[in-house]
Amino acid sequence: MTDITISNGIPVTDYPRDALVKKRYRAERRFKFYGIAAIILTALFLSVVLLDVLFKGLPAFSEYRVDLKVTADQAALDPQNTRDPVTLLAGNYDKIIRDALAAQFPDVSTRAERRALNGLLSSGASDDFRRMISGNPSLIGQEVTVPVLLSDDADQFLKGYQTSEIVLEGTGTLSQTLNGETYSLRSTGDDFAKAFQEMQGFLFERLEKLTTESARLEKLIPGLDANAASSLQSQIDAIKAEAQTLNARITDANVAIELDEKLPSLLVNVNGGTIKASQISPSGIDGVKLITPASAEAAAPGSWSMLTLVTPESNRRVQDQAAIWLTKMKSEGLVERAFATRFFTSGDSREPELAGIRGALTGTLWTLAVTLLLCLPLGVGAAIYLEEFAPKNRVTEIIEININNLAAVPSIVFGLLGLAMFLNFFDLPRSAPLVGGLVLALLVMPTIIIASRAALRSVPPSIKEAALGVGASHQQAIFHHVLPLAMPGIMTGTIIGMAHALGETAPLLMIGMVAFIVDIPGGITDASTVLPVQIYLWSDLPEVAFQAKTAAAILVLLVFLFVMNAAAIMLRRRFERRW
Amino acid sequence: MNKLFSTVAIAAIGIAASLGTASARDQIRIVGSSTVYPFTTAVAENFGKTSGMKTPVVESTGTGGGMKLFCEGVGEKFPDATNASRAIKKSEFADCNKNGVKDIVEILVGFDGLTVAQAKAGIPLKLSRKNFFLALAKEVPGADGKLVANPYKNWSEIDPSLPNEKIEVLGPPPTSGTRDSMHELFMEAGALEIPALKELKGKDAKAFEAVWKSLREDGAYVEAGENDNVIVQKLEANPKAFGVFGYSFLEENASKLAGVPIDGVVPTFETISDGTYKPSRELYVYIKKAHVGVIPGLDKFAAEYVSDTASGEEGYLSEKGLVPLPAERHAEAAKAVLAMETINGDKLK
Repeated sequence: MTDITISNGIPVTDYPRDALVKKRYRAERRFKFYGIAAIILTALFLSVVLLDVLFKGLPAFSEYRVDLKVTADQAALDPQNTRDPVTLLAGNYDKIIRDALAAQFPDVSTRAERRALNGLLSSGASDDFRRMISGNPSLIGQEVTVPVLLSDDADQFLKGYQTSEIVLEGTGTLSQTLNGETYSLRSTGDDFAKAFQEMQGFLFERLEKLTTESARLEKLIPGLDANAASSLQSQIDAIKAEAQTLNARITDANVAIELDEKLPSLLVNVNGGTIKASQISPSGIDGVKLITPASAEAAAPGSWSMLTLVTPESNRRVQDQAAIWLTKMKSEGLVERAFATRFFTSGDSREPELAGIRGALTGTLWTLAVTLLLCLPLGVGAAIYLEEFAPKNRVTEIIEININNLAAVPSIVFGLLGLAMFLNFFDLPRSAPLVGGLVLALLVMPTIIIASRAALRSVPPSIKEAALGVGASHQQAIFHHVLPLAMPGIMTGTIIGMAHALGETAPLLMIGMVAFIVDIPGGITDASTVLPVQIYLWSDLPEVAFQAKTAAAILVLLVFLFVMNAAAIMLRRRFERRW
Repeated sequence: MNKLFSTVAIAAIGIAASLGTASARDQIRIVGSSTVYPFTTAVAENFGKTSGMKTPVVESTGTGGGMKLFCEGVGEKFPDATNASRAIKKSEFADCNKNGVKDIVEILVGFDGLTVAQAKAGIPLKLSRKNFFLALAKEVPGADGKLVANPYKNWSEIDPSLPNEKIEVLGPPPTSGTRDSMHELFMEAGALEIPALKELKGKDAKAFEAVWKSLREDGAYVEAGENDNVIVQKLEANPKAFGVFGYSFLEENASKLAGVPIDGVVPTFETISDGTYKPSRELYVYIKKAHVGVIPGLDKFAAEYVSDTASGEEGYLSEKGLVPLPAERHAEAAKAVLAMETINGDKLK
């Protein structure tokens, strides 16, 4: 081309074909742009998913505990003083812990209050204490500090998921007068006037909603027949009546507002106690105590504070009383946030704070072990035979096509096969890693055969021919020379196949591995579940705290997958030879 | 490569050995409904902790799938109990009988209210079951009483008092037991309030059934998958949409969602328990009497389930979102279970 341009004496830019060349370049640039855009978009989606999982899952790796000083009372734990391990396990640890918690709040006296207070603790709160004592019986009779696990609701509250909090330092001097059960608090500053305005704002919002709704409905009336109109009218009247009562509550700026459970909670911390406002006026509040103040003296500016829990009490699982208990323990340093080792050491549970993935992880390892033991020798054997020894005829061709087809069969089909064959015909146990492993072995076998054959094929024929040339048998040539060189490729294929098996849930549904299993499986015939199934089961539970557990389990599964794939890449890098 | 062969040999021997030692089952096995799953698992865990026996294995297979497995036969190969979000059907009972499962003990666990919920940010809706039917049925009676394809696009077209917003309801797919309940508790009950359809029921029961069992497919009803948490998340994102799911999910997400009053009754713990909130269903667990005494702990598990600490008014199951039976009915149900009274097939539907 260049030659032609020059010999014609026409400048490159004027050459008539130039437009075509430019068009080709443009097309190429466009294509490059599409490629980059595709990569950026994929990376974006992927990072959104990862960040979302990470953001949701990380809180599940920590848990809130309250450190309680308890006396390991001999009478409750080992009345006969035998130090017998069985007696030690059966001791009444719950009572000791509950008493220690109640000792923190001398106010708590009625049964209902005790129940509410105990509700802060997890139902497995005494497990750590029990383990501590049965592991070291010499502690009995001594005073020890025990970390006590909090319930999922308390944990969620402390992690800030239940409500947002607003804390305001008091600017005036706070005086309190006690009238029966009612505390009247007055401040010399404008603290309560501000809070009053805020509450009015909430009520106005509610009122506005009601007025627009009734106005909208009223507009509809003319177009209706008498029957529908009267039913609508009664609905409008009801709304108006509600609006009117609401209006009466707020019209006069000096009339106190009753605070019900549909409004944010206003709590005043003073002299070590807490008063919950039940009525607020610009000058002060009337309320009941949640924790009795230590003294009735006036509090100086800055020594008292107002705490607003923005989410109304009726919409929260942690009530004001419990919230205050928790806040108080937190401010005293009794409540600590710690790494949740429990998540890795315990099996499934219906209590989110106790649930762990050890059962699912162990089940996964057993299942994958069975899969690997079966499909590696069988898959590699089949590949060697098909690649090196089998005659090329109709039969082997059909087998080959079928192997390739099998690799594309939906995994649920293997589950049905497993149900019919292994469970119903061979009578193997349900929910067992043995059956799961067998089914997954069927699933990944084609992948391994295909990968192994490709690896065997990539070894140069000269190596086999040289072996045959010095008198090795065909089998010796394959096993001594070709197979070792193909091994890195085979291993890579196997690991990728196993990673595929690791993520499967559908075939396991049919053989009963989608199940609630608490005990950690001790062998391949014990009931167990696997990681992806655990994720699926947790994601379906109503407790909000399980959402974080789900994300955390996904993170663990991702790490598992990442390690496996990294191993595959490492093997290939280290051992692969090129010719 | 001798190593490879020896590995295979060891594996084969290992598998064979473990099969040989598989002895009599000492662990209770339960299958069935995913709605009852959260409750049965809680009982199973507690039973495992307090009895010192192995914790029962609870599979989530769906009510229908569970019944099938349960009715396959008697013996340790077959599950000991099944969860159901509805009573056992006559056909299922006959199937059980055919396979030798003759004596079945029924545990009435409690109630689950089926709720319609919306995000707190949305315009509060008040629904009747009739309006629910009119919003979601594939065919509704037209002006002359004949069935026509559902013409309603906005709520206000059905009833002017409803908001002028697009009809958009998220709910369970056909495979779910909750979907069956939605049809029975909302669609059928709603259809019966329309005179033209009530008449149709008298004339042609099959045609009537087809009407309340078909949902519209033009986007007003969105199948959101088996997972109720997905519906919760979608409602939060879209304040104009409504979702259908069990009461336990509403209770757990009370800070974000509001229950829609049905026929003037707001779904709460109390209204479901005393029966004023109509769309609620009974939850059951069925136990094979023939397995009691064979599978260790099965009777104790049943006793734990009906105990006051579990399914009683303030039992731990109520904390998991189960609406317990009224005290008298609970005592009655518990008595029947402790006496291992079996169900009578003639009384089933």
